[in-house]
Order: sequence, then C-alpha cells, then structure tokens
Amino acid sequence: MTKTDTERASTAESTDTVVIRTRRLTKEFAGIPSGPPTGPPGRPPGRPEGTADRDTDGADGEAPHAFRAVDRLDLEVRRGEIYGLLGPNGAGKTTTIGMLTTRVIPTSGSAEVDGVDVVAHPSDTKQVIGVVTQTNTLDRSLTVYENLYYHGRYFGLTAGAARAEATALLEQFRLSERAKTEVASLSGGMAQRLMVARAIMHRPKVLFLDEPTTGLDPQSRLALWEILRELHDAGQTILLTTHYMEEADQLCDRVAIMDHGRILALDTPHGLKQTVEADTLVTITGLGDLEGFAAALASIEGVANTEVDGDQVRLFARGTDGILGRVIETAEKVDATITDVSMTETTLETVFISLTGKDLRE
Amino acid sequence: MTTAAATAPIALAAHKPPRRAAMTAFWALTLRDLRVLRRELVPFLSRTIMQPLLLLFVFTYVFPQIGQGIGGSGASEGTFNSIIMGGLLGSAVIFTGIQAVALPLVQDFGYTREIEDRVMAPLPVGLLAFQKIATGAIQGMLSALVVFPLALVIPSEPITLHVNWPVLITALPIASILGASLGLTIGTKVAPQQVSLVFSLLLIPMTFLGCVYYPWSSLATIKWLQIAVLVNPLVYMSEAFRAALVPIEHMTLWVVYPAMIAFTLLLARSGIKGFRKRVLT
Repeated sequence: MTKTDTERASTAESTDTVVIRTRRLTKEFAGIPSGPPTGPPGRPPGRPEGTADRDTDGADGEAPHAFRAVDRLDLEVRRGEIYGLLGPNGAGKTTTIGMLTTRVIPTSGSAEVDGVDVVAHPSDTKQVIGVVTQTNTLDRSLTVYENLYYHGRYFGLTAGAARAEATALLEQFRLSERAKTEVASLSGGMAQRLMVARAIMHRPKVLFLDEPTTGLDPQSRLALWEILRELHDAGQTILLTTHYMEEADQLCDRVAIMDHGRILALDTPHGLKQTVEADTLVTITGLGDLEGFAAALASIEGVANTEVDGDQVRLFARGTDGILGRVIETAEKVDATITDVSMTETTLETVFISLTGKDLRE
Repeated sequence: MTTAAATAPIALAAHKPPRRAAMTAFWALTLRDLRVLRRELVPFLSRTIMQPLLLLFVFTYVFPQIGQGIGGSGASEGTFNSIIMGGLLGSAVIFTGIQAVALPLVQDFGYTREIEDRVMAPLPVGLLAFQKIATGAIQGMLSALVVFPLALVIPSEPITLHVNWPVLITALPIASILGASLGLTIGTKVAPQQVSLVFSLLLIPMTFLGCVYYPWSSLATIKWLQIAVLVNPLVYMSEAFRAALVPIEHMTLWVVYPAMIAFTLLLARSGIKGFRKRVLT
C-alpha cells in the first residue's frame, strides 16, 4: 500500500465516524460586545435592524472593538450522535451553528460537514444539512402540506416523490389534519414539528436545531424530545444548542459546555457530572468576611472546593451528612452572618457553575 | 408518534453536482412563487390594474367628454392617448417590481425572517437573489399584459397602434428585469418603517418625471429637465414601450437599450450584493 493509499484509508475512516469537524473556528463581530447572538442568525448580533449598510460600509476588518463570538473552536461530532452545545445566551452557540450552516462566514479557521468544506462550498453543504432555526421560518404564503412539498422540490425531489414524502411526513409528525391549513394557524408546538419534518425531508447527514424547545410549552417540549429520540434511533446525527440543562441531560449523547465562544468541557452528561468532585452544591448568602469564611469552610471534611461570588459563597461537597451544621458552626467562628442557604444535588448546572462561576439562568 | 421515523432510512442524501442542484432549486423556487401568485391572483390584478384604470378613465375618457384639455397645444386627444400607452406600461412594470420583490423582502428581513429557510435551499445566495429578480420580472411582464388591453379599451378616442414586434419582445423582458432589479435593491436597503417613503420619495417622483405622460422629446423646451430626467430608468422604459407600440416620436433606441441594460446591470448587482449582505453574516 502506498503512502497515499494509507492516507486515503485513514481519511475515509475518519470521515466515516466524524461528520462535523472544525479547526480553530473563529468569528469576530465588529462593534459592541454587549450584543450576544441571541437573535435570529443572519442579522449580525448587536446591530439593530436597518443599520446594516452604515455598519458594513465602514472599514471592514479594522473593527476597533471586535467581539469574538466564537473563539478558536475545535469541534468533532460523530456520526449518529446527538451532540449538545450547552451555554448561556451569548456563549456563541448560535454563531457556531450559523457558521456550520453557511449563514455566518467565519473570520478564520475551518469547518467541514460530512467532508464538505463549509466555507468553500456552501451550496454543497446545504445539500447535506437540515436546519431548524430559532425563529419560525415556515413559508407563510403556503399551506402546511405545501411547505413540505416545495421544500422537497428545492432539494431535487420529483413532483411525485415530493407529494409522497410530504404526505408521509405529515402522517409521521401528526399534522395530516392540518395539511391544508395556513401555517400561521399552527400552535408553537405544531410549527416546530413542521419545521423539523421539513428539515429532515431531504435526508440530511446532520440535523441542526438551534434552541429547539425555547418558548415551547412543556408538553410540546416532551413531544419534540420524543421525535428527536426516534430520529436518533434511526441513525440521524443531530447537533443542537440549548440553555436548558435538563434538555442536554436527557437528550444528548455528548454535551459541550460553552461560554465566551469556547468549549469549557466536553463529555457525556454522566461524565460531566463525574468531573465535579462533589455531589452537592451549597450556596450560602451572607454578610461579613466572606473570603475568610470560604477559606474556613474549605477545611471542613468532604468539601471539595469553595468560591466567593458577590455576597454568595459556593461550596462543592461530597457526602452531605451534617454539612449544614458545620457550615453554621464555621460561620459563628469567623463572625459571618448567614442570610440564606440552599443545597442542590450535582447536575449539569453544578458543573456549569463550577466551570464558569456563573448561573446559567442569569 | 408512529414508528415511521424508525423505519424511514436515514439514507445518504442523493448528492447532486452543485450546478444541477442549484438549477433544480432555482426552478422549484420559481414554481413556488408561481403557486403563490396563482393563489393571490386577485390581489395581484387589483393592485396592478387600479391605478392605470383610473388614470385612463379620467384622462382619456372623462376629460375629452367634459371638454377639459390635456396634453397642451397641438396635442390632440388621440395623440395623448398614444403617448400615455407607453408610459403606463413602463410605470406598471416599475410598480410591480416594487410590489412583487421589494415589499415582501422588506417584510422578510424586518420581521418574518422566512428568507432564512429559502437560504438553506441548495443554491448560492447570489442565485437565490437572482431568482427573486426572475419572479419579479415574470410578474412585471404579466402586469404589462394586463394593462395593455385597458389602454386599448377605455379611451373615448381609440389609440392607433403601430406595433414594432422586435422592439416589443426585447424591451418587455428587459424592462421587467430592470423593474425587478430595482425592487431587489430597494428591498434589501429599506427598513420596514421606511416603506411609505419608498412611495412618496421614490415611486411618485419617478412616475411623474419618468416620461409617462409626455414623450422625452417634448421636454426639449425645458432643457435642464430633459437632461435631469435621464437618471430615471423609467424614462427609457416608457420610451421603449412607445417605440414598440405607438407612432409617437421616441428617444433613439441606440440610447434606450444601452441605458436600460446599464440600469439593469447596476441595480441587479447592487441588489444581489445587498441581499448577500442581509442574509450572510
């Protein structure tokens, strides 16, 4: 076997298991850092509507306050897995999806989806991906059925195939009764189901979902999880973003915790929870010398780590029997006043707090 | 939920050569637009017909009968009717370009963000923008076809037609693409709050100073105006339709065609550029 053959073989093997790969993927936005990309992608974050031209007519690339939404991101998503990007608003999740789905052009770095260079071949990429964006992008001029039918046609299905496929998908997603109605009359959950049905209609290699359950009622959220699980069982690779811990925990094979455009930790939900050397998070709100209080708390047996954040002390502990008593004893010793105490089990949230020092809900 | 998801093979997408995929998508998007047009035929017809209908009715039917003159000295009623024919078609095409391309895009970029779905179709973004022009141009041609018979039927004094077929079948598509390109440029540059300004600051001056109601040559007596209106693409469209349809003096076609083509290229380029800017970050 020649060298090139070996190389080819190894490439073939890696593209077989890894379906998304990014290398030092970076996106910088000119201007205000206070505008996290929470809005619909396509419009630059932090930039109000209607000001696009004024901004872009300026000196491109010489932005005085460039804001790095995604920072040298290395990402590998394996074929067949549900991969979750978990992080607060502004962590760079939507920008990352935007780049992988060709709508956001990276400042530097590279990204491949199913072996296709996303930046060099955007049209090719679009053939192999399905996208469910945050906003409802259903075609309001068409009926529910027609939304699927024409989507199929855009992706090269013949009229007959598009008809058959649309009908089957409506059945599968329990939208048959709504086939002839306008999409504006759909509930949030139905609209979301239709968007997922549309996104998988052309059999994409990767299905992207950006905050798929944000704004859905609990019942619709569960229904969508069920759909995603079924797709997963059928072998569909899924990359989703979320800021719901539970969603990441319940749904994902692997979760990347993201903040400030970087991945802070990547593992299975179980593995992530293992990384925190504690099974309990105690959050103490208090007055007085909190630094000294935290230092004293750290010497308690079973306490893995403590940290001070404003008027709060966080304490990560393993084995919680009697810990509250010892916390109060310690407080008396160092003359700190406790105004509130709460205890939670280790969840992805605890992991997140221990990694970033902040609450995901803030 | 049925188990169909489990049985449906998540097969490898039938990967097509990019060019073929793009052409297929382009065609399918056009089919979609025609489907929507068919559904909205009544609104389309009413917004296309209303203005020319009333204009023809008042100027070419009512005025002659109540003895109110229009067209100034020497212009007989019949002449004015012939003059206005070319202008009406030109302005119908421009209006349609705005209505069919610009207004939906302004909505899309401003509120609905529906466009993001179309952007995911497997064709280059520039080609998607051009597809908007293509659909707009089809509607522009339709609007001309709708307005034309009105101008034949309504005037009390019938129009003498003098059809120059080669000019007609070339000028109509070019003018329609020009109108749709203008629509694309406006649609990518205007915020939803500014839509009313498009009509008051752009369309109305364009129409009144677009040689719709008078031939360009007649402006010779107001030389500065005759030169100033040359920045208005509607001037060339009106003159082109005049050349194509009626025995009225018109601007030389050696100027009309290059000007229409130049405006088309300019506006299409800026529109496609603007579209890319709005869609890609």
